[in-house]
Amino acid sequence: MTDKPDTPVWREEFSVQAPEDAYVLRRQFTKFLVLTSLGMACGNGWIWMRSLLAREAPAYPEQAIGRVSEIAAGSVKLFSYPGPNDPCILLRRPDGSLAAFSQKCTHLSCAVYYAAARDRLECPCHEGYFSPADGRVLQGPPPRPLPRIALRIDGDEVFAVGVEEGAAS
Amino acid sequence: VNPLERRRRRVAIEAVMVCIVVLLMVQMWLLTATLEAYLAGHRDPAGPAFAFSLVLAAIAGTLYLLVGRLDRASGPTERPQGGSGPWMMGNEPR
Repeated sequence: MTDKPDTPVWREEFSVQAPEDAYVLRRQFTKFLVLTSLGMACGNGWIWMRSLLAREAPAYPEQAIGRVSEIAAGSVKLFSYPGPNDPCILLRRPDGSLAAFSQKCTHLSCAVYYAAARDRLECPCHEGYFSPADGRVLQGPPPRPLPRIALRIDGDEVFAVGVEEGAAS
Repeated sequence: VNPLERRRRRVAIEAVMVCIVVLLMVQMWLLTATLEAYLAGHRDPAGPAFAFSLVLAAIAGTLYLLVGRLDRASGPTERPQGGSGPWMMGNEPR
């Protein structure tokens, strides 16, 4: 016999107690949230470790990337620097000045190109525009300027000598 | 577990859930902002952001432990006993 005569038979026979199960589910979900919170802290710890390791400025190699005479005003030359998987773009503006930037858009790493007619670097994916003078963001979703490649011009030869990370826009 | 106790437990776990979700949102923002700063070449905020994120995680863990303490104080959760269906085989017949 049962201690609770008011309880319907179906409730006694049914093996699942919904309120208790809902509580256990909430508790498990809360546990998951706490573990996610720990994961976030670990992510911040990883960035901190990377920051500590990156305190010393890396030594960039000097690399010949082309000749001034072979790049006409308004045209570009593509190269990789400092590694083979770091695409960069060397451009000569209509006024004749040279500048080089990483070709990876700071939004989602699409390849930017130089639009000579509008004198700006453009990302075709989400219409992010950068200034060819210093790489700063002119428009669109990119959060940071393009990393600038430091150049050294020796006679007719152009050398890449370093990478300057852009500050937040 | 009587209905009042059950209600108390449920309110407690839901309040803790809301608090932890808020903490988690702050941590998400913190992680995103720190990563953006790091990628932009600003290394200095990483240390304080990590310390703050650890504090938030510790608060979330403490809140979760409080729920466990509340559970222990109110006794074990009752499970249904008896019944005659196949899922209850092995129980004492009533």
